[in-house]
Amino acid sequence: MTNTIAEFFYQFEGFKSLVEGMNPVTVSVLIIIAAGALVTVFMATVGGFGTIAERKISADLQARIGPNRVGPYGAFQLIADGIKMISKEDIFPRDADKFLFYLAPFICVFGVVSTFAVFPFGSGIALSQMNIGVFYLLAISSLVGVGIFLGGYASNSKWSMLGGMRGASQIISYEIPVTLSIMSIIVLAGGLSFESVLASQSGLPHNWYIFHNPFTFIGFFVFFVGGLAETNRAPFDLPEAESELVSGYHTEYTGIRFGLFALAEYMEIFILCGVAATLFLGGYNLPLGVLKGTVPEQFLQFGTILIKTLALYYVVIWVRWTFPRLRVDQLMTICWKYLTPMAIFNLVGCAVWMVAFDGKSMFDLFFGH
Amino acid sequence: MATESINIFIPVFVMMAIAVALFGGALLAAHLISPKNPTTLKEMPYECGEEPVGTAWSLFNIRFYVVGLIFIIFDVESVLMFPVATIFKKFNELGQGTYVLIIFLSFITVLLEGIAYCWKKGDLDWVKSFKAGDRK
Repeated sequence: MTNTIAEFFYQFEGFKSLVEGMNPVTVSVLIIIAAGALVTVFMATVGGFGTIAERKISADLQARIGPNRVGPYGAFQLIADGIKMISKEDIFPRDADKFLFYLAPFICVFGVVSTFAVFPFGSGIALSQMNIGVFYLLAISSLVGVGIFLGGYASNSKWSMLGGMRGASQIISYEIPVTLSIMSIIVLAGGLSFESVLASQSGLPHNWYIFHNPFTFIGFFVFFVGGLAETNRAPFDLPEAESELVSGYHTEYTGIRFGLFALAEYMEIFILCGVAATLFLGGYNLPLGVLKGTVPEQFLQFGTILIKTLALYYVVIWVRWTFPRLRVDQLMTICWKYLTPMAIFNLVGCAVWMVAFDGKSMFDLFFGH
Repeated sequence: MATESINIFIPVFVMMAIAVALFGGALLAAHLISPKNPTTLKEMPYECGEEPVGTAWSLFNIRFYVVGLIFIIFDVESVLMFPVATIFKKFNELGQGTYVLIIFLSFITVLLEGIAYCWKKGDLDWVKSFKAGDRK
């Protein structure tokens, strides 16, 4: 088991002889830069495949074929889309606020890419083993809301302004139930790092936090619904409601700037699903501790978190093409009158459960010794 | 600098730098490839073919402001609750669980009071309803 990326490479003899005589700090930094670039490329590819998956799955759900021209089963559609985005003209609206207009997509990309630093791809495969990883992820991913609002505001278009306003109020509102749901897991885990959250979820699925007690079971759904709203996914896609607001906050964005908004959104959904899988569904833990402490285990763990995340990703897309969009007043009612009280109830329930049953899970209480 | 802090904080800064590089690289590629021939019509804000009247930077509805205010209150309270949530398990293992739980619950009661007040005042309703007699 390794703690950092650098230590992972140091366990191989060939690597040791390769970097012999170099400053270990320089080696660490170089490895981190290489790994960071690799993670970004991986996540960008996942985001790109998110768009193609969205189109393929929606086609499947509506009994259509979907994109099938570029490559086998349309798998290279993302490359074609990327080239198209880059080669389109970058139009700057006459009356827009130039600085903020250029800044908005950057803030979205920045807020999403920065979260990759703590995302646990496997034991020792997270870039940074920060002891406040969950908190950092929550905090920095809030930047996306700022980017969306700025994009809507700076365009100086009425559609964009309405979309940005809706986006800002929706994202900040749904942050409350999401934060409180995460906090109820923190109460059970006793630490703000992803490692402490994952430590007690190893073994078979009955150790997952979603099955820990009835409150976390509700908490998972509160978190997931809140997360859908935070990433502007249908049925909460009011900021970009295409039948009401043309395209919402990115109406005036063309070419690569629009592409970066879309890429940030799809990567954020991946992060949301990954966090849901990590906090509630056991994360990268393998059942029964197979291959414990070896390098193949780390790769299997990476596969495990990927499967769980992509399964949730499918649910996100499935939900989008199944449910109709909400009205603004319904959106606010669901957040403040249903999800927030439920999240507070879950938090209180988890705290009481901790004291009353000494933090044991339901299965331990029923079938334990 | 200790090796530990390098392994914790350098990745964060590296990812932030990569975000800048990703954005800059994409824009540079687009700048080199994409055509540039702006016209007056292209630069006009899109309003479904109508000539835009006035600016979009006008007064907006007070409801968004109220939502923002309620959010600030809840956000600050959740920030204050995070440290308690983190140490909760440790205190429980030391046998101090009930004590921390009472403090935690009294804090959450204040939070609940806040949401009950907002609910009663109708600030959680998107469309405020009035009784027939209230409206002058």
